[in-house]
Amino acid sequence: MVLIFAVLVLAPAAVQAADPLVVWHAYRGAEEEALNRVAEQWNEANPEQPVRLLPIPYEAFANRLTSAIPRGHGPDVFIAAHERAADWDRSNLVRRLDGEIEAEAHFPITIEALTYGDHLLGVPLAYKSLALFYNRDLIEAPPETTDELLAIAREHSDRDAGTYGLAYEANNFYMHVPWVFGFGGAIFDDDDGEFALASDETVASFEFADRLVNREELVPGEPTGSLVAHLFGSGESPMAISGPWFLGEIGDDVDFDIAPIPRISETGNPATPFLTVEAAFVSAESERPEQAVEFAEFLASEKMAVERALTGLQPVSTRAAYDDARVGEHPILSKFRDQKESSLPMPNDPRMRSVWEPAGQALGQVLRGAVSAEVALAQAERRFALYTRPPPEPRNPTPLVIGLIIFTLAALTYGTWRFRRDRVWAKMKASLPAYVYMAPAIVGMLVLIVVPFVVGAAVSLFSHVEGEFTYVGLANFVDIILSQEYGLTDPHSFYFTLAVTVAWTAINVALHVSIGLGMALLLRDPWMRMRGIYRVLLIIPWAIPNYITALIWRGMFHQQFGAVNALLDLVGVEPVSWFSQFATSFTANVVTNTWLGFPFMMVVTLGALQAIPTDLEEAARVDGASRWQRFRHVTWPLLKPALIPAVVLGTVWTFNMFNIIYLVSGGAPDGSTEILISEAYKWAFGRQEQYGYAAAYAVLIFLVLLGYGLFSGQLETHDPAKKGD
Amino acid sequence: MVHAILILMVMIVLYPVLWVVKMAFSPSQAFSLSLSLLPEQWTLDNFRGLLTADGGIFWRQLLNSLIVAGATTVVGVVLSCTAAYAFSRFRFPGRSVGMATFLITQMFPGVVMAIPLYILLDNLGLLNSLTGLVLVYSTTAVPFCVWMLKGYFDTIPVDLEEAAVMDGASQWMIFTRIVLPLAKPAIAVTALFSFMTAWNEFILAATFLSDERMYTVPVVLQRFVGDHSTEWGYFAAGAIIVSIPVMLLFFKLQTYLVSGLTSGAVKG
Repeated sequence: MVLIFAVLVLAPAAVQAADPLVVWHAYRGAEEEALNRVAEQWNEANPEQPVRLLPIPYEAFANRLTSAIPRGHGPDVFIAAHERAADWDRSNLVRRLDGEIEAEAHFPITIEALTYGDHLLGVPLAYKSLALFYNRDLIEAPPETTDELLAIAREHSDRDAGTYGLAYEANNFYMHVPWVFGFGGAIFDDDDGEFALASDETVASFEFADRLVNREELVPGEPTGSLVAHLFGSGESPMAISGPWFLGEIGDDVDFDIAPIPRISETGNPATPFLTVEAAFVSAESERPEQAVEFAEFLASEKMAVERALTGLQPVSTRAAYDDARVGEHPILSKFRDQKESSLPMPNDPRMRSVWEPAGQALGQVLRGAVSAEVALAQAERRFALYTRPPPEPRNPTPLVIGLIIFTLAALTYGTWRFRRDRVWAKMKASLPAYVYMAPAIVGMLVLIVVPFVVGAAVSLFSHVEGEFTYVGLANFVDIILSQEYGLTDPHSFYFTLAVTVAWTAINVALHVSIGLGMALLLRDPWMRMRGIYRVLLIIPWAIPNYITALIWRGMFHQQFGAVNALLDLVGVEPVSWFSQFATSFTANVVTNTWLGFPFMMVVTLGALQAIPTDLEEAARVDGASRWQRFRHVTWPLLKPALIPAVVLGTVWTFNMFNIIYLVSGGAPDGSTEILISEAYKWAFGRQEQYGYAAAYAVLIFLVLLGYGLFSGQLETHDPAKKGD
Repeated sequence: MVHAILILMVMIVLYPVLWVVKMAFSPSQAFSLSLSLLPEQWTLDNFRGLLTADGGIFWRQLLNSLIVAGATTVVGVVLSCTAAYAFSRFRFPGRSVGMATFLITQMFPGVVMAIPLYILLDNLGLLNSLTGLVLVYSTTAVPFCVWMLKGYFDTIPVDLEEAAVMDGASQWMIFTRIVLPLAKPAIAVTALFSFMTAWNEFILAATFLSDERMYTVPVVLQRFVGDHSTEWGYFAAGAIIVSIPVMLLFFKLQTYLVSGLTSGAVKG
């Protein structure tokens, strides 16, 4: 058994013939099927240079590219959306394809999207944009103007019955963009490239959205992608705005068609969604760039484009593919081609990544009725300026190096002195067996945890701009701690987030421990019937991947369609809009995390309870102690030492548990329910990839936790001998 | 009364889970929002699709997951049992620093560690291997296991061991024949914890592995999540498949969580 184990674990990745070109992609379903077919055809035609496809989860894709390519483990070709192409170019991850491919073969807008600073960065394959989906059983002809849209929507809207004339994610800025451009607004100024979102035109677009959602109730509140699909798929909404991915979510029984999003009646301009171009990029580190480019071109060739269009339902960017009537007159693909005529390529300007968060929050505030559109947008402009501010002045690292040398020498001297004085060597020799027992665990931890952390933490002394790291000393820390940009009570200030994090941690751990303990005590009785069944059922929340259950909880907290409000309604409580106020949104997060977290504490307590001799409690019972007295004076004192590790570590883990917040409240409202670690992630992966700033956040989080450990005395070793005194 | 509380808890626990079941057995890939707890149409298509796609590669990936989680459990439990025993029974220089270090490593936010860890595994030649994952997961799980086990070992009276020394037992024999059997409940808990640490992790696995046949199941499940939409039917079916081994493992392990196991042998 052990042998089989070793062979399976240690067997190297199977050796491939002829060293294929490696292609990374994140396609699924029909699109993946289409890509597989294309790759098969290439492999038949080019047996001497085959390709191998590697599907990668979307969520790990970007991370993996930036880790792997510089280390020489990247793909030869990867397929991705164009939005981050400029970042990749500046970090030297992609090969510039100027003059290497035939740009005229593609729709000009797709080439434009892939061009950054006069360089073409990828071969366009397909484009994606929003469009209007409508149910042909309910609507005869699609609306051409927003006035018509409103008129049709009014006929089909009845909030109390749960029907809405139009379903789209009104609170998502990407989905809102068609209205911004339709009303004549812009994100960056055409001439000087400055942030231009805070304009009267955008205000008009926000007010339009407010009208749709709040004043006329034609669009559902708190919409999510799932809700939109549900409403359209069940016929409760005759119209929806979404993209090609929506096709997989609509049930087979809906007779739908697609049309361009209506033009804005007030301005006469077409509503203009963003166009995202999926492209084949050639890695800068590819060892066979010619073959890689050739394969990228093959993907985009007319014949393969037709294959991808028909099999994968991709709106392909190769013009010639539309000469084939099966593509050119395709009932779906031809509609997306129509929408392309009024769309704008998503800016590949890296600053775009600092737009989403502030713009989305401004939109959310307006739809919640918290502030006026003008105020919200002015605030968004300040946030954008903050995220894109110039990096701190470079510093001279010499003082740091000298300081480190002096510190190391001093530490060594002191250590040696202590070592000699306390005769540590003799003691160490005497306890050699102890070191042998510990060595594997300690070595593993030092190598795989401490080293990466020290290296990662060192990044906090640098600023990261466009792939370049510059030493800036303690500037990142100073900036965060002084919190100059934010008032102390601003949801984005370090101190506000810290307070939220502390409350989040304390409440969660208290609930996990008390519920876990309570359940464990109930399930302790060895003669209880069905004890094993209860125990197994109660650990299910721990057993199921929390990605799906957290989102189910999010759905359960929906104001109108959620189970929680339905339950409250039974006892006569008015429906609560959970994610529009801090307290309720925070509660939703805590409830979800408690549901997920108590089984672990229950299992730990069940284990710890076994260390308590039952005869002690028996004796107390014989002496006439009540159930509570027995718990308070016999069980609890014996249980506490065994529970401490779980409580302390549970505290540390909960402090850094960002994915529940990300999945449930998403920080709503206005990022106020975020915790420190989610700020660190936002600085690292949104907001211009400011890795240095993110690392400074991480170091501060570590210091806060270390402080907690020191103050609470948890870092000291608890010994049974000390217990009694 | 006790049963009433437990049944209520089970209902609260199971209600969201029924949603997962409903989505797994529904023909559509949409995220279900209707309040009814049963699918309108029952189908096994999601399970069938998941298990038979690409020539049944899922079974291979499930085996990878079992290997990784199994090996992590073995490595994690062995490492932490020995280390915890040393911390519990020996007094030596560096003891409290060592214990504190285990705890402190848990305070490092992962956000800054991903890329250095990638570089490190690359240099160790463990990048595209399940061994690398096992090592990383084990070291992640060890700190909790060491603390948990040390706490438990502390409750086992030294008298027993002293008696064994009188009878001429070696330190190793005492450890394996006396201490470990008495610590079964805590070992069961740490085993489950180590298993879970490896079982549901996908970010590191998705970053380190470069061969689809070496993927673990969480990576496969995460593949159903796109930037705009998710194939919920497959995801839910996969989530159910993933949770079954955990429940089986716990069902097996909980035989060690029997009250009063130590009470006969030990006088507190």
